[in-house]
Amino acid sequence: MENKLIVSVSPHLHKGESVKRIMWFVTASLVPAGIAGVYIFGLKALEVIVLGVVSALISEAVLQLLTKKKVSIFDGSAFLTGLLLAYNLPADVPFWLPIAGSFFAIAVAKHAFGGLGQNIFNPALAGRAFLMASWPKYMTSFVVPFSPDTVTCATPLAAIKESKLIEHISYLDLFLGKRGGCIGEVCIAALILGAVFLLWKGYISWHIPLSYIATTAIFTHIFGRQGSLSGDWLFSILNGGLILGAFFMATDYVTSPLTRKGQVVFGIGCGLLTFVIRAWGGYPEGVSYAILMMNAATPLIDRYTSNRIYGTKSL
Amino acid sequence: MKNLFNEFLKGIIKENPTFVLLLGLCPTLAVSVSMINGLSMGLAATFVILGSNLIISSIKRSIPDKIRIPCFIVVIATFVTIIELVMKAYSPALNRALGIYVPLIVVNCIVLGRAEAFASKQRVFNSLLDGLGMGIGFTLALVLISGIRESLGSGRLLGITIFKGFEPVLIFSMPSGALLIIGLLLGFFSLIKGKRS
Repeated sequence: MENKLIVSVSPHLHKGESVKRIMWFVTASLVPAGIAGVYIFGLKALEVIVLGVVSALISEAVLQLLTKKKVSIFDGSAFLTGLLLAYNLPADVPFWLPIAGSFFAIAVAKHAFGGLGQNIFNPALAGRAFLMASWPKYMTSFVVPFSPDTVTCATPLAAIKESKLIEHISYLDLFLGKRGGCIGEVCIAALILGAVFLLWKGYISWHIPLSYIATTAIFTHIFGRQGSLSGDWLFSILNGGLILGAFFMATDYVTSPLTRKGQVVFGIGCGLLTFVIRAWGGYPEGVSYAILMMNAATPLIDRYTSNRIYGTKSL
Repeated sequence: MKNLFNEFLKGIIKENPTFVLLLGLCPTLAVSVSMINGLSMGLAATFVILGSNLIISSIKRSIPDKIRIPCFIVVIATFVTIIELVMKAYSPALNRALGIYVPLIVVNCIVLGRAEAFASKQRVFNSLLDGLGMGIGFTLALVLISGIRESLGSGRLLGITIFKGFEPVLIFSMPSGALLIIGLLLGFFSLIKGKRS
């Protein structure tokens, strides 16, 4: 007689989701922003994206072969890391910059900590921080949108930091991405399209993005440059990497808190740090550092916001 | 004889002050920007450990137990002053490069640690061997770290350009790069150790 009863531990219902599936869906949701970036900055942007992704995949394969682990370059995680790293770079960087960044992201930020699911810091952002500390001159020269030859310009946030707004940029231009900036961060419209898709599929929840963006906007408004309650909060949302960071990088499963309560704390912390760096720090933009710092605080947040176990008293 | 040899050898690999005992990290982070700085710091510390181990193990019976740490520090400070004055007289540029970290050898935990854990309990000759081993271990670690940092952080080694047309990885000439290199080396050594046992 065949054994028809299967005894196993819970959960018994499986939705059919897997790491691989989620990673590829997140990657797909980032495609519109990439297309917009290539449209705005030209084929140089495509070159950076391809180099970032390919070198991330190669680094992953080589490291997994060296450490005698199963080679898992098709699970999408290395692809996504390379893609996000490239989205965080200006379009006219030298060809070796995305390669170095991807290698650092995969080798040091991911595999030195034990591989997928073990990393403390978001690998793509760690790669960006490494590049920013190592070759700042390439990381801060941005291409003018729609220019055939590579003319560089400051991002609107950098211009404000140096208290000189060269030309007025309308909110619509900012929303569509007609400004200097990193490849994947400029076109807010395309990013929101991808973010809505992820929210609809339930791959990310609203807790981190909403609390993050709202905190940055509120504090920017309160502590305006022309006196309190005068800050341009819409400008602060549409500029820099805030949308890209809040929806696609702060929500990384591995490096963000597990509970809803914790995620709100995480988002508020990211928002506060972003505002502080933008307003008073040395850099014009602080999204990547804000998320990295809150990544480091994630284990602590998880400890203090864990859900009450049924039948026990609260912590 | 083998025992004596072990006293010398343990400081280099098995109980390497930087990579195993994790002592003296403050000067390690600060001076390992260039290989010449790392090497001189290591040699200066080696001289101080040798001197303090020699004196402390010979006067260990007359040091009162309750105030032994101040006594150690006085002995160590004597040798640090000697090395600092010599450095100032013969190589002022190096002294400027190492800066405050030369006087800070007085409270370097490798030197104090050897005095407390070894020299104050052991025979003079053993203490000398122990100090020499620990000093060489510290020097080797510093040379390794500063060699990696200098070659990647500025494309040079001992001041000579080794990579042409290379864009220096600035992070490695900053303290954050030192932490990164030490962390990666620690991980690498424990990987090897794990494989062996």
